[in-house]
Amino acid sequence: MTDPMMSTLPTTETGGGVVPGAAGPGAAGAEERKERSASLWADAWRDLRKNVVFLISCFIILVIGSMALFPKLWTSQDPQACHPRYSKLPPSWEHPFGYSVTGCDYYAQAIHGARPSLTIAILATIGILLVGGTLGILAGFYGGWLDAIISRITDIFFSLPFLLGAIVFLSLLKPNEPAAQVASITGVLIVLGWVTIARITRGSVIATRALDYVQAARALGASNARLMFRHILPNAVAPAIVVATIALGSFVSAEATITFIGVGLRAPAVSWGTMIATHQQYINSDPWLLAFPGGLLVATVLAFILAGDALRDALDPRLR
Amino acid sequence: MSPVAQTDSVTQTDSVTATDISVKPNGGLALDPTAPLLEVRDLKVDFRTRYGVAHAVNGVSFHVRPGETLAILGESGCGKSVTAQAVMGIIDSPPGFVTGGEVRFRGVDLLKLPEEERRRVRANHIAMIFQDALSALNPVFTVGFQLGELFRKHRGATRAEARKRAIELLDMVRIPAAAQRVHDFPHQFSGGMRQRVMIAMSLALDPDVLIADEPTTALDVTVQAQIMKLLADLQAERNMGLILITHDMGVVADVADRISVMYAGRIVEEAPVHDIYANPAHPYTKALLESIPRLDQKGQELNVIRGLPPNLANIPPGCSFNPRCRYAQDVCRKDPPPPQFTVDVGRTSACHFWKDVIGRG
Amino acid sequence: MAEVVLETRDLVKYFPIMRGIVFKRRVGEVKAVDGVSITLHRGETLGVVGESGCGKSTLAKLLIGLERPTSGSIMVRGVDMARVRGAALRRARRNIQMVMQDPYTSLNPRMTVRDIVGEPFEIHPDVVPKNRRAARVAELIELVGLNPDHINRYPHQFSGGQRQRIGIARALALNPEIIICDEPVSALDVSIQAQVMNLLDNLQKELGLAYIFIAHDLSVVRHISDRVAVMYLGKVVETGDESQIYDHPTHPYTQALLSAVPVPDPTLRGLRDQIVLEGDVPSPANPPSGCRFRTRCWKAQEICAKEEPALVERPGSPHPSACHFAEERDVVHAAD
Repeated sequence: MTDPMMSTLPTTETGGGVVPGAAGPGAAGAEERKERSASLWADAWRDLRKNVVFLISCFIILVIGSMALFPKLWTSQDPQACHPRYSKLPPSWEHPFGYSVTGCDYYAQAIHGARPSLTIAILATIGILLVGGTLGILAGFYGGWLDAIISRITDIFFSLPFLLGAIVFLSLLKPNEPAAQVASITGVLIVLGWVTIARITRGSVIATRALDYVQAARALGASNARLMFRHILPNAVAPAIVVATIALGSFVSAEATITFIGVGLRAPAVSWGTMIATHQQYINSDPWLLAFPGGLLVATVLAFILAGDALRDALDPRLR
Repeated sequence: MSPVAQTDSVTQTDSVTATDISVKPNGGLALDPTAPLLEVRDLKVDFRTRYGVAHAVNGVSFHVRPGETLAILGESGCGKSVTAQAVMGIIDSPPGFVTGGEVRFRGVDLLKLPEEERRRVRANHIAMIFQDALSALNPVFTVGFQLGELFRKHRGATRAEARKRAIELLDMVRIPAAAQRVHDFPHQFSGGMRQRVMIAMSLALDPDVLIADEPTTALDVTVQAQIMKLLADLQAERNMGLILITHDMGVVADVADRISVMYAGRIVEEAPVHDIYANPAHPYTKALLESIPRLDQKGQELNVIRGLPPNLANIPPGCSFNPRCRYAQDVCRKDPPPPQFTVDVGRTSACHFWKDVIGRG
Repeated sequence: MAEVVLETRDLVKYFPIMRGIVFKRRVGEVKAVDGVSITLHRGETLGVVGESGCGKSTLAKLLIGLERPTSGSIMVRGVDMARVRGAALRRARRNIQMVMQDPYTSLNPRMTVRDIVGEPFEIHPDVVPKNRRAARVAELIELVGLNPDHINRYPHQFSGGQRQRIGIARALALNPEIIICDEPVSALDVSIQAQVMNLLDNLQKELGLAYIFIAHDLSVVRHISDRVAVMYLGKVVETGDESQIYDHPTHPYTQALLSAVPVPDPTLRGLRDQIVLEGDVPSPANPPSGCRFRTRCWKAQEICAKEEPALVERPGSPHPSACHFAEERDVVHAAD
């Protein structure tokens, strides 16, 4: 007695007023699927390939990424070759972004400026995922005194004001080398940013842990490691991923802010933040000096956020 | 319920200046007291989703008389709740749209009324109770406040009067210590008590018809018995029409006068309760009856209805039950779908072969 | 009588009620299961019925090992599941598996059917050798009436009834003798319930399984059970074979429970013995002294508050019943 395999919207016996519909792919499409690979990521990739917003975001990210990795591909000018006499010359054919206030090629600066901004943002995001994610999972899974301790630590860190804390830490560290500056900014962002991921992961793990299929695996005799990595993590990770991609975007602007205030990257380092900081006063006279780095900043942040959204939707098998 | 008379004049749609909060404002509705209480004719509701159009309700007709209980019986996804929501006018639109038919309350077609008048009908003439009382009641207001609000809003009562009526209502639904419990919040009541509160809310303005959408499905069986008894008593007291929407064939056997069986958005059989159980005239009804275990029997073979109910965006042509039906022939698989055949007085069946199903001829 | 495969003795589970924000202290206990002793024989089905708060779900979790008992023992083929730990526990667990209620949350949405049904073999690698696993998974899927071609699909691509079958296949993987069915058909449509129940019936005959069938739907329980235990507020109040419980109930709660269940037969309307209980179930954190049912019982006397009735055979009851005044009363059929 085999049931015909049809995709139907889940309805329960007790469902009143259930919206019928959401006809899944017809029988023919469903047959196709059975031949393909079973990996969730492969399925997600197949969906993302068709998502226009995701593709555009990825494209922008790739562009910016290549600016960061291979700036020479984009410009042959040296951002450090500056002549005061060219100061604030408007955009022209050879110098599409014009010149900065100190007479450097603005376009070259913008291209080279991508690297520190992205490096800091990506490293910081990986950092908060590792630190916050681990602590969140441990707190959520084991509960009890471990959860109590981690949650109190989280609360303490949460109450540190972000900007103020960043300023204080960085003023104390006073890094001089550009490399040290990047490291310290990244470090500060991780220290102040891991709490959101921890909280979200903890909540997500607690919710997932109570679900029937996790209990079923426990009843089978699954070890804690298996429960955590096979059952809980994949289902609890989605909110953290979305937050992480948004965090990535906000780290890019956080770096710019910190630099703007003066405790972040400093000359001779060039980043979008330094560009905005240096040229803020020209907003009325030469607005293009702010528009270019600002535009790149906004585009990058937006691209990461939209890509993160699309990725989360694609990873959720129920939304198919 | 004794009318409360007051000499202050309060906004009323009638020209009466004394406030009598037990009198229903008519608001200009031309109700015809000789017309049937509630009559639904050929109702159609579609849901437009991005996967296609789901025909949730496909030409449904039924009626209810005062003091009578009509049960709309069907499994999940058959469209029975959507039908009730369409009658009440509370379908989320989009994605749901009423695309045809009439809902006549004492002759007035509710589907053609403007929303403001609809709202008045909803409160004063037709009421609805839902399955999950916890989500139907507002958790941040006390029960007394929510009950009283009905009187304040629809009958122009003062706060004191409203409070008094709220306590009376809680008493009426047999909640002990009503005067104290009127200050409690919904979550402070047990499941069965909350359902009583919801019943109280629905009956506050003395409706003529009550629609109960799976009112006891989420409750324990002893509580279910209490609630169904309460509903039966209140209905008898008020000579109210009751439309009971459920999938539970036991509850229906206990309380219904007539039954309309729904499948895939259509009514497949309508009959008085004794006839349907003794001798169903539609293969679906028959199959359902044969597939449920009974409390008073042991060891019977449970008949299985093979297959699944159809996807409402993709209903098979002809009779929607045909892929699962053991009586199906060619005529069943082609459009048009079977009409309502008259089996007997007050009995119809949407099956070409109802005679075989009944076992006659 | 076939051999005993499972036996619990005075099984107790109390959940502490904690108060406080930083430092929590125990202010009371929810006595979810309070001294339950049941026996299960090979190849039989024991139905456990009761309403919300009676402790049947907690009992299921105790039997399957998801909760540790506060006291008492659970003997499965001579091994006390409540006492063993580590490797011995893992081995003992193989013999007792569970089918859960909600088909929509009992399967990991990110695992395919093959992964779900194959997971028990990964956790217990010595049950089936690696090269035989794929074949065994396919066997199990066919055994529950599903198409083995759909092994790469995700749960959301199946209907509720099909998901329950997948859950059953998973439960069968380790060849258990005992399956705890915790409301396995409650979340399914009426017409699908019959399919799953027939499947469980057939599997039982084919594989010699013993079931503990927990449900609130008394008609369903009668259909599938050989023996029945009725629970109220953490205790078993009556137990016997199904015809004893349904046709000759002796405990007032059982009688009230049965009389409240509607039967799909309108000719019985008004003819059955109707017992309508007043009030609500008392809180399991604060159960009444003596007999727990006395606050809602029409037979209650002084002795009921003082002395808790034991679950034994009595003059008024040939099967065990925990009531000082146990007496038979037919509430299922028409009274003549």
